[in-house]
Order: sequence, then structure tokens, then C-alpha cells
Amino acid sequence: MPELRVEALTHVYSAGTPFEKTAIENISLTVPQGQFVGLLGHTGSGKSTFIQHLNALLKPTSGAVLVDGEDINRDKKTRRAVKNKVGLVFQYPEYQLFEETVYADIAFGPKNMGLDKEEIDRRVREAAGFVGVEEALLERSPLELSGGQKRRVAIAGVIAMRPGILILDEPTAGLDPAGCRQIMANILRYRQETGATVMIVSHNMDDAARLTERLIVFDHGHVAMDGSPEEVFSQPERLMEIGLSVPQSTRLAMALRAAGVPLEGPVYTHRQLMAALKEVGVC
Amino acid sequence: MLKDITLGQYFPGDTIVHRLDPRTKILVLILYIVALFLASGWVGYGVMIAVTAVCMLLSHIKPANIFKGLKPMLLIIAFTAALNLFYTKGTPVLPGWIITWEGIAQAVKMILRITLLIAGTFLLTYTTSPMELTDGMERLLSPLKKIGLPIHELTMMMSMALRFIPTLIEETDKIMSAQKARGADFENGTLVQRAKALLPILVPLFVSSFRRADELAVAMECRCYHGGSGRTRMKQLHMTWQDGAAILLFALLLAGMILLKRFGL
Ligand SMILES: Nc1ncnc2c1ncn2[C@@H]1O[C@H](COP(=O)(O)OP(=O)(O)OP(=O)(O)O)[C@@H](O)[C@H]1O
Ligand SMILES: [Mg+2]
Repeated sequence: MPELRVEALTHVYSAGTPFEKTAIENISLTVPQGQFVGLLGHTGSGKSTFIQHLNALLKPTSGAVLVDGEDINRDKKTRRAVKNKVGLVFQYPEYQLFEETVYADIAFGPKNMGLDKEEIDRRVREAAGFVGVEEALLERSPLELSGGQKRRVAIAGVIAMRPGILILDEPTAGLDPAGCRQIMANILRYRQETGATVMIVSHNMDDAARLTERLIVFDHGHVAMDGSPEEVFSQPERLMEIGLSVPQSTRLAMALRAAGVPLEGPVYTHRQLMAALKEVGVC
Repeated sequence: MLKDITLGQYFPGDTIVHRLDPRTKILVLILYIVALFLASGWVGYGVMIAVTAVCMLLSHIKPANIFKGLKPMLLIIAFTAALNLFYTKGTPVLPGWIITWEGIAQAVKMILRITLLIAGTFLLTYTTSPMELTDGMERLLSPLKKIGLPIHELTMMMSMALRFIPTLIEETDKIMSAQKARGADFENGTLVQRAKALLPILVPLFVSSFRRADELAVAMECRCYHGGSGRTRMKQLHMTWQDGAAILLFALLLAGMILLKRFGL
């Protein structure tokens, strides 16, 4: 199972033209196997640029990305091989669906890996199961599905490659609350059953607080904060400065404390808020 | 990456060349091209090179950018040069050789002509935004409306196409990345395999293009777009004395080239 290491990663878009833009600069971090990481940051802070380096879609301007201690950009072969280890689900992945049937679309990744027919079939059904796509849908055209269903099919297309590191760029953007919950539950289940490392870009602070073990906060192409949700959300001023917010429960706790209710401990999930309120005898 | 294609790209700036009216620049380019094709002797080519260099200096466009734009044309340039090199009759360089002095001269001139032609065109697109360019076109062509040509519609289509080229390139890039992330391979394999590999890009691209066209049409209707008649513009085009001077200078250049040709220089 893979460990991910990023060393002094810098990326400059359109270098040498008037449109030159340093999207990320000098980023170093290590993600141990199996960690659930959340990436936060304002729009344009470089999150998408960062994650596209992790499976060699973008070449670093300088710096390196290592999976299992091996530089993924060493040669053409490693650049290709890493795509099987690191699965990347793009923002609005439903726009990448192209096959005639849902089944064929999910099978695209495994087929490119050169697996045999039976293995592909097993993986397609397993991946469809992970994201809650029913058997009946597999023979339909992906273009006939609803937005949320398309999104799940697209995620299944990546999960079917059984990546040891699964990275998702705002997987719940534009979905209704039920759709969001379902997708987050699917991802959690994939992680539980395979022990994969999961990295998720999100603008939803409540999800980030509730689900992840570690938060990395981007600000203008740099890592501004890196720590457990507890550490990160204990500095609300810093987050606001960057243009982000804190979970609702943290905000509520801050307001209650300001109003004189002596709440104990860190509060960044509903559950913690309930516990803290119970302690002071409010409910 | 696809993004690095510079063909027809605009480099924003604030030089005298950027500030000229687009109509002026289009007219000047036409004068420049005619003058270029009149050049036959070395003096004529020397003048054209000098003029192009001055324009490049004035517009702060680096030669490197022009040469980058030339790259896709290299094959054509090389081919033309080779044809001229081998098929021009005259005095052989060495007795018995097929290559002649006249051939060498002709090949160099051909290279210069194509390079200067492309450089001039790039100077226009590098210093004029696509919107200005189509605006200028529309105004210049508007007399043709009298004979029933739908000039406004044509230029509208052109500006929309220009507007959506970057969007399309971006979209293609995105879809390509997404499919690459799923292990698609666009670089290796036989021709047939590579053609097949394009399918995962083309299908989503078409789907989204049609969706986009639909949305754009609705958005335009919602804003009461009903064709060109009676439309005013947000950015009025103004001619200043500088425009007059530019046109005059290039008219003089043309006259000069005609004279030079007369004297065979
Ligand atoms: N292909 C590109 N060419 C040039 N510049 C780019 C390109 N992609 C992104 N950028 C620029 O790089 C910066 C970082 O962009 P990126 O997409 O990584 O941000 P992000 O954190 O993912 O934002 P969001 O939350 O909106 O998705 C932005 O300023 C953006 O304008
Ligand atoms: Mg992004």
C-alpha cells in the first residue's frame, strides 16, 4: 500500500509568456498510507493544480512527487504506471462519460490496465456496488442518467481501477444534500473496505470536519495550515483571513461562548457540540 | 499541452500598435502584404525586413514569440525552399550540380517572404483582441451589406467562434486529463489505435459543445438579441491622427515598393 510524498513542488503555468502564473509554490508534505485527507482553500488557491501532479498528469516545474519512494516522473513508464496506483476523480467528472453503456464506461479504466474480461467484469460490478449504481442501470446509456447518477458512475469508473490512493476534486459540487451524503458515504465505504488513502478537495467545512483525519489548507499556492481538523478549526481567525469559514457547530460554539455559556473542549462537529452542551446541562 | 498553441493569440499591452484602430491595422496589413509580394530584389526585401522589425519593436512583441508561431509552418517553408532550390535554372554552384546560384537566391527570398507574411499577420493578431478584430472587420465590410450580404451575422459567428476556441481548448484539455487519469493512451499505438483513442475525447466534447451552443442561444435571446440592425456598441471605434499617419506611411511603403520593382532592385 502506497505512501505519498511531495517534495518542494512548484508549478508555473504558461511559463515565459505574459500569462505566466505560479499556481503552486514549494509544497512539501507526506501522506501516510490510509490517511483520509481534506484539501481546503479559496478558489484559485491551487488545489486542482496540486492534485493533478499526484498522478503525473501535470509535470512539476520543479520538485518531485514520490509514490512508494519512487519518483513518478522518472520516465514514461512510471508516469503511466502511477495512474493505476493513484485514482483521480476530476471536478464535474460526469462530463467525461462517453461510452454507449454505463457498464462500458466503468470498464474503460480496467480495460486500459490490460486486465482480462472476467477481472474487468468483477471490478465493474464491485465498483458499481461501491457507489450504489444498480445492476439495471449498467446497460443504460450514461447520457440518460440524472446528474447525481452520472457523477456516481464517473466515480465508479475510477474506483474500478482499485487505486491505493483515491483523490477526488469537489466530488459533491452541485449535488443536493441527499446526493452529497450518498457520495460521501460511498467514498467512506471504499476506504473502509480497501484501506485506501483518500484525499478530497472540498468547500464544505462540515464534511471536512466530520470525515477527515487531516486538513491541508491552501492559500495562494502555499500550504497555509496542515493538521488535524481540531488543530485547524481551533484557529478560526486564520481561516477567515484566508477567506474560508469554520463548521457551523464551531461557529455556534463560538457564539455561545461569547454569550457566556462555558463550553468545554474543541467543537467542530455536531456530535461534539451536543456533548459539550450536555456537560453544561443545556440538554 | 494544447494551451501552448500561439496561433492567433492576443498579447495584451499598451503600445502605439495596440492602440491603433483595428480597421487601420487590417488596412495596413493588406498594404503590407501587397508590398511584400511586390518585393523582388534584395533592396526590396531589406526594406520589408526593416519595416517588420520596426513594427515589432514598437509593439514590444518579442521575436521569440513570432518564431514560436512559425513552428507549425516550418515544414511548408522548408518544402517551398527546397523546391525553389532544386528547380530554378541558372548557373550551377559547381559545374555539374543541380543547385544554382539563382536557386539559392530564390529559396532565401521564398523563406523571407513566407516568414515576413506570417510575422505581419501575427503582429496583427498579437496586438489586437479578437473582439476588436471582428469589430474592425464588420465595419470595413459593412458596405457589402448594401448588396445583401449578411455581414453582421458573419462577423458575429466569427467572433463567437474566436471566443470559444480557448474554451474548447480548455475543455479538450480537461477531458483529455480525465481520460488519461483512467489510463487512456493518446501517444502510443498504431494509427488506427490512436484514432480510436480519440473517441473518449470527441464524444464528451461534442455533447458539451451542443449543450453550450444551446445555452448560449437561450442566453442571447433572453437579452433580446435580434440581429444586427440598430445595434450600438459599447466600445466605439475612433480613428485618430495616428491611424491616418499609419495608413499614409504604409501607402508610401507600397508606392516605394512599386518604384523599387520598376528599377528591379
Ligand atoms: N491550465 C491553466 N493555465 C493557466 N493558468 C491556470 C490553469 N489552470 C489553473 N490556472 C491558474 O492557477 C491557479 C490555481 O488554479 P487551480 O485550478 O489549481 O485552483 P483551485 O484551488 O482548484 O480553485 P477552485 O477551488 O476554483 O477549483 C489559478 O489562479 C488559475 O487561474
Ligand atoms: Mg479546482
